Amino acid sequence: MTDKLTKTGAALGEPVAPSKDAPSDAFLDVRDLKIHFPTDDGLVKSVDGLSFQLEKGKTLGIVGESGSGKSVTSLGIMGLHTVGQYGRQKARISGEIWLNGRELLSADPDEVRRMRGREMAMIFQDPLSAMHPYYTVGHQIVEAYRVHHKVDKKTARRRAVELLDRVGIPEPAKRFENYPHEFSGGMRQRAMIAMALVNNPELLIADEPTTALDVTVQAQILDLMRDLQKEFGSAVVIITHDLGVVAELADDILVMYGGRCVERGPAESVFYEPQHPYTWGLLGSMPRIDREQTERLIPVKGNPPSLINIPSGCAFNPRCPYADVPKGGITRTQRPELALAGDRHFSACHMPQEERTRIWTEEIAPKL
Amino acid sequence: MLAYIVRRLFAVVVMLLVVTFVTLSIFFLIPKMTGSDPAAMFVGKQADPASIEGIRQKLGLDEPILVQFWHFVSGIFVGRDYTGGGDTIHCAMPCFGYSFRTEQEVSTMLADAFPVTLSMVIGAAVLWLVLGVSTGVISALKRGTIIDRAAMITALAGVSLPIFFTAMLAMLVFRTQLHWVDATYVPISESFGGWFGGLLLPWVTLAFLYAAMYARLTRATMLEVLGEDYIRTARAKGLPEPVVLGKHAMRSTMTPILTIFGMDLGALVGGAILTETAFSLHGLGGLAIKGVSERDLPLILAVTLITASCVVIANLVVDLLYAVIDPRVRLA
Repeated sequence: MTDKLTKTGAALGEPVAPSKDAPSDAFLDVRDLKIHFPTDDGLVKSVDGLSFQLEKGKTLGIVGESGSGKSVTSLGIMGLHTVGQYGRQKARISGEIWLNGRELLSADPDEVRRMRGREMAMIFQDPLSAMHPYYTVGHQIVEAYRVHHKVDKKTARRRAVELLDRVGIPEPAKRFENYPHEFSGGMRQRAMIAMALVNNPELLIADEPTTALDVTVQAQILDLMRDLQKEFGSAVVIITHDLGVVAELADDILVMYGGRCVERGPAESVFYEPQHPYTWGLLGSMPRIDREQTERLIPVKGNPPSLINIPSGCAFNPRCPYADVPKGGITRTQRPELALAGDRHFSACHMPQEERTRIWTEEIAPKL
Repeated sequence: MLAYIVRRLFAVVVMLLVVTFVTLSIFFLIPKMTGSDPAAMFVGKQADPASIEGIRQKLGLDEPILVQFWHFVSGIFVGRDYTGGGDTIHCAMPCFGYSFRTEQEVSTMLADAFPVTLSMVIGAAVLWLVLGVSTGVISALKRGTIIDRAAMITALAGVSLPIFFTAMLAMLVFRTQLHWVDATYVPISESFGGWFGGLLLPWVTLAFLYAAMYARLTRATMLEVLGEDYIRTARAKGLPEPVVLGKHAMRSTMTPILTIFGMDLGALVGGAILTETAFSLHGLGGLAIKGVSERDLPLILAVTLITASCVVIANLVVDLLYAVIDPRVRLA
């Protein structure tokens, strides 16, 4: 079941064999993460064996459609599946999450709580609902700072205003007193970013940070995030369904499907030599302005798999246009594991690599 | 903000004037519809036409409705003189007239009854707010457990059982059988202990009903709030769970509860008739029943006005409070 991780390079780390005892050299090292939710209808396998590494100063883009397990993964890293689940059935989480040499899943919950916001921070999709409507933006940032720093209100306020200024909010001292509803959408997301960065976190997780924003504002926020990453040097995980966003920011790309990674590699090679039919589908359904639009966008046919009954074998098989390509005796029920398909580039597909390269260069790429 | 308050206060005054006018019209409508004469009601059955006519003039019942309306309203603020039959009776401010039945000043009857109702409602309100909200919060945090289920079944019983039943049961058990509490109401000015003991059962009984409603409301609101994105943000900041719950979640949970609390308080001042009757408390509810059953028009008029004032003022306070709690509510 465990992915055979054989990769090199800055962001993807050295080959590792999962082991509770061996801390990883990688800054963030997720190993065989499984997050399952028991429900009345059955076990929802939102994340089912996910592994990746991330170095400081690098950005990993996790892409996939709704229900592929992206957000569940990010909340899992933050340890937010286990707090505040009053009366709800507990999520079953297994695997390992190493952050800066510490394993989070087996750590004391209060220790993880103290790391939240300080060592790992998160930006959410909809900044309006992600901020408390009854407290001023300033108050919420000050609160985030003072949980982790024993400072008086004045110092914390100075710090908050400084951050608001840094994320490009005009008249920060005045806006400090405003409530979230008095901010525009883009300003709110800037304020969320300020709140996330107030403690200089080493890991920043952005869950669809631009999805709820106008297109013009999206570009500004992405620019801001790129600048801030250079300045703060943190590791960034950016979660999105928008390949355009990861094209802007990510060093590495991880494509998720049905709770598993189907393709992973450096951004350039995932974009220009994608190996998995699902990635082809994503690329085909992405509008691009840098090429002549000769054909309609090609949607990925069908629906995402039910996470209760994930197809055995390749989860993408029922929607795969190349399901019938001969695969040399591999049966439908065999699950494809991640295998090296290029420099630090992995893909989980049963098709022979020559065949995939041929389909990509001859059939898919010319149409994009 | 100030302009808003002034405007709302003006609206309150207009509203109360309308209520007064509508209620006052019973003096005209009832005689027309039932054939009975307010002046005759005041004097009694075996009165001769001359004294009825005298009373009619003295009470000003022969005046047009607008003139009577003016006399009534001005009487509340400056007092009123009833002249007729050679002598003048001065009814001091606030004058609501005289009861047709007891010939007491209605204002005196109100002054006697109001503290009783107020004591009962406020005592019960403190009890149900504390009890209801804490039960609701605990229930929400223990959702699905035996604690939650027990609390919600009790709450369902509380909502479903009529107050005259729970009142009787409480009296039977705690007063008649166990002799834990006294039976009668004692004003707080006479004895705090007596006041407390006398009102304990009404408080508990009334609070049981309302605590049940508040527990259900609090539980539902709390569960909804706990699912909000900003609660997740609070946790993502690394806030300890007691802060997440006590500060972020409670603030949002309390908003709808305070709204309803204000309205309930206002409405109960005139509407706790069953509880007052069950415990033989002589409050405003008792006066209302008396007024209606004895066709004591001035009494009905005064109780209606007081009750309406409480509801309207409670609404105003809730609206103002809401703006303080929720910054998104703009008072413009």
